[in-house]
Amino acid sequence: MAINASNTARIAKLARLHLSPEAQQLAQAELNQIFDLIAELQAVDTTGIVPLAHPLSMIEEVALRLRDDAVTAPGSAAERKRLMQNAPGQHEGLFLVPKVLE
Amino acid sequence: MNWEVVIGLEAHVQLSTASKIFSGSPTLFGSAPNTQANAVDMALPGSLPVLNRGAVERAIQFGLAIGADVSPRSIFARKNYFYPDLPKNYQISQFEIPVVLGGSLSFSVDGQPTTINLTRAHLEEDAGKSLHDNFPGPHGEASTGIDLNRSGTPLLEIVSEPEMRSAAQAVAYARALHNLVVWLGICDGNMQEGSFRIDANVSVRPLGQKEFGTRTETKNVNSFRFLERAILFEVQRQIEVIEDGGKVIQETRLYDSDRDETRSMRSKEDAHDYRYFPDPDLPPLIISPEWVAEVQANMPELPQQLSERFAQTYGLTEVDTLQICHNRETAAYFEVVVSKLPTNQGKLAANWLNGEVLAALNRDNLDIDVCPVKAEQLAALLNRIVDNTLSNKIAREVFAAMWVGESGGEPDSIIEAKGLKQINDSGAIDTMVDGVLAAHPAIVEEYRAGKQKAFNSLVGQVMKVAQGKANPQQVNEALKRRLDC
Amino acid sequence: MTQILNDFPNIASLRSALDSRKISSVELTQTLLNEIAAQTKLNAFVDINTELSLAQAKSADEMIASGSATALTGIPIAHKDIFVTQGWHTTAGSNILKGYKSPFDAHVVEQLLQVGTVSLGKLNCDEFAMGSGNEHSAFGPAHNPWHPKVVPGGSSGGSAAAVAAGLVMAATGTDTGGSVRQPASLCGVSGIKPTYGTVSRFGMIAYASSLDQAGPIARSAHDLMLMLDSMSNFDSRDATSIQTCRGVANQHGRVKQDFTEHDQRFQNLGAKPFAGLRIGVPEEYFGPGLDNGVAKAVEAAIAQFEALGAQRVSISLPHTRLSIPAYYVIAPAEASSNLARYDAIRYGHRTEQYTDLTDMTARSRSEGFGAEVQRRIMVGTYVLSHGYYDAYYLQAQRIRRLIAEDYQAVLGPQCDVILGPVNPTVAPPMGKTDQSPTAEWLADIYTLSLNLAGLPGMSIPCGFAPGFDGSSLPVGLQLIGNYFEEGQLLALAHHFQNTTDWHAQRPKHSEKGAV
Repeated sequence: MAINASNTARIAKLARLHLSPEAQQLAQAELNQIFDLIAELQAVDTTGIVPLAHPLSMIEEVALRLRDDAVTAPGSAAERKRLMQNAPGQHEGLFLVPKVLE
Repeated sequence: MNWEVVIGLEAHVQLSTASKIFSGSPTLFGSAPNTQANAVDMALPGSLPVLNRGAVERAIQFGLAIGADVSPRSIFARKNYFYPDLPKNYQISQFEIPVVLGGSLSFSVDGQPTTINLTRAHLEEDAGKSLHDNFPGPHGEASTGIDLNRSGTPLLEIVSEPEMRSAAQAVAYARALHNLVVWLGICDGNMQEGSFRIDANVSVRPLGQKEFGTRTETKNVNSFRFLERAILFEVQRQIEVIEDGGKVIQETRLYDSDRDETRSMRSKEDAHDYRYFPDPDLPPLIISPEWVAEVQANMPELPQQLSERFAQTYGLTEVDTLQICHNRETAAYFEVVVSKLPTNQGKLAANWLNGEVLAALNRDNLDIDVCPVKAEQLAALLNRIVDNTLSNKIAREVFAAMWVGESGGEPDSIIEAKGLKQINDSGAIDTMVDGVLAAHPAIVEEYRAGKQKAFNSLVGQVMKVAQGKANPQQVNEALKRRLDC
Repeated sequence: MTQILNDFPNIASLRSALDSRKISSVELTQTLLNEIAAQTKLNAFVDINTELSLAQAKSADEMIASGSATALTGIPIAHKDIFVTQGWHTTAGSNILKGYKSPFDAHVVEQLLQVGTVSLGKLNCDEFAMGSGNEHSAFGPAHNPWHPKVVPGGSSGGSAAAVAAGLVMAATGTDTGGSVRQPASLCGVSGIKPTYGTVSRFGMIAYASSLDQAGPIARSAHDLMLMLDSMSNFDSRDATSIQTCRGVANQHGRVKQDFTEHDQRFQNLGAKPFAGLRIGVPEEYFGPGLDNGVAKAVEAAIAQFEALGAQRVSISLPHTRLSIPAYYVIAPAEASSNLARYDAIRYGHRTEQYTDLTDMTARSRSEGFGAEVQRRIMVGTYVLSHGYYDAYYLQAQRIRRLIAEDYQAVLGPQCDVILGPVNPTVAPPMGKTDQSPTAEWLADIYTLSLNLAGLPGMSIPCGFAPGFDGSSLPVGLQLIGNYFEEGQLLALAHHFQNTTDWHAQRPKHSEKGAV
């Protein structure tokens, strides 16, 4: 399955990666090499096989464990300070991003 | 060209849990920015989601209330897209296998009973909020502020089949859905605060055409009035586009209430490729039949059932029960009142609740759960009408006094204090009647001459003498006896 | 240069010395910090906090003095930079998290601190755990103490190197496709990846959520047992954390108890501890592509098991080859989603010049993420995208089930444990950057399927084989068991190590230091 330049550009956009024209070309070539490796999967007949999403379900039922509805992290200005200490842009408790137009 | 309108609604309902769907942060409204967001809500490296049982329970309740199937096994999936109010840049939602499937909602549109089928309802997390004021960024640039307090609030997304055919129908459906989720207690229904938001999928097609036209989605409408306006505008717009020879573009739109129009949203997500896949951090949600049975056993009676029961037991009309069953508190109030009255007095209770009580609550801007006149007290008052101690008219006086707490708010004390006991003694009434007849010969003449109105005048005069306290029926009878002999 | 930990072949011996006050934790820690500072060329460490390490040592000494020491109190360890720590920076080996300070500690970090270990710092790794040579690190490559010009393996290269170089007694690592077992093998130390869900992933920066699992690297199986026992328990903050498995509770003490039972059983059998044990040897693991020297060492180890009474059984894991494409679809897919959060908004590198939000995010990510990470994000995004999801992602997950079924067909019915190589070669030379992106991936063939199946696996030293530049480099033996059978694996390895001394070999130091 050949991946062309427009696929590559589309994927880069979806993934929010900024590729220069050279980088995009390289990415396209690499993706094609990778997909040659992955292509082997298509040849396998997996009719009737259920995808395995949670490995332990091979031997027992894996069910989602629920937690009780309780506030365990009340939050505060001090806690906010700790949690936001790595923010590249902040103002009065808000994270800042370049203006978003809706 | 005759056009048919096709509408499907998606409601995003914030569930009334104490904590968020995947974290232990609180879900209160209006806190200072980012003081209700922990490491999980902020998607810090190494954080993981853990599902809140309360959110699932509310989904089960909803499913049961609409007669839907509650999935014994449902899967959480990641909906991947980049947006600043979505901290992980994916939303944990449910895709192929949601927690609730099917179901239906019945309601009235202009008196016409209608049933709309639902496609599904699923659990997902809410996003944070973007504040578009011009905050100063790191290089001084105009910036948007992101508040993640709302991020992670549990949502139940409820999807209807595209079965609505008018804005009025859509609004009626939305109102009925709103009533139901508030009734069940799974959502506070506060649309101002964003607890209940509607997306309207609207399309038009020539009448008789089988295929659906291209639809647009108008998002995040937070009032019923705006919903109606948005749908009407959108229908008109689409018809105009088509009639001008153009094609309706499938897109997301926003309703602008200032201009009363919908407009296209700048694309929030490129290419709509959400790359859904089951979230590897969350194993399948298993809901056992035992859990469903437990939730079913604890469900409140639904408005529909309650209405029917009241109608049957107390001989009430739909109009009566509509008001009473508007919310659980009013219905509960009613039940307490009727439980203390003779069985055939349901109508009396209904009239008073829908009349005096609701009027007073509205006037004083109170909810029924803080009503100054408790249900037991109202019942005591109504019993005094039943046993002829009071006429309806005087009872209203007593009620007004109860409302402001005179004499401790107890009807009997007020009756005593104000001397409002109805005069039922025939002797006393005869004496008053004789007195009035003697004092107003002219009116008597008019009555004898055939003027029925004169009779009412005489009744009024007797009542005046009795200070309103004479038993009206007896006054009537006594007068008739004297006059018609 | 003499190294202090050379005096202590294992944790137990160091425990003895600490308890008898022959040495204090503070003294030991200070000495090690000096040694680490002298061995910067090794590049095993990426963050040091002298004050904090010494403070932890002080607390350990207090625990020891008050008689409340545990097996691990005062023992010097270090954490792979994938685990978030409040006291040290956490970068996941990436520029995108340069300078990041986590406001909380990973579960693993908390658990090991609770029992009194002393952390010497954060360890180098491939960026976001993606790689098998620790060459994809924003901090530069970590080196293999056995030879300056070969890789230590990856992604937990720094962890294996630090243990092999005697700078710590044990280290934490993470294993998504072999990243604990393979570097342990290439560095001549022991490592274990437990059953998926055994160790909480809370605080472990996610690469591929359904494959990631933390595991210790140390000098011996017994040391691994002590570490794993303290690292593993149910954690309610991780929804994939095991509460019970096969009826057994996931809690501290489980691994130890299990190990002890098997250990006792083996001991009771005297000269033939492995009598009755069936060793499965997969035919697919010994085909072309496996270096002769490695094959020889592994075969010799298997022969040793037989000499100890075990019965060798030839088994087949027919879908072995497919583990490579399956893994390289599933892992990148999950990674592409897990790494989406690095958008320069709440933390992380933000580019200087940008036109708008989308531009800012894209430029920041491409500046911050290395080539391998971007490559895998692209692959992952692709295989999940509309039109490809079923043919790639779901197909890979179906094949995943076939792989897991391969193991269930043999473990139990045909054999009690599976033995084989860990890596097709000894440590390859560094700097092979001109090869295709997939060349590196093919070497993962013996380790990937374990992560896909969620089974536990170990690597222990079993010999040497000729390597780059005439060197003699370590070879690792892989042991694979069924779900929750870490105890048995550790006991088997322990007995093997009782009768061999590969694990006691140390890299020689030149006057210039190890590298």
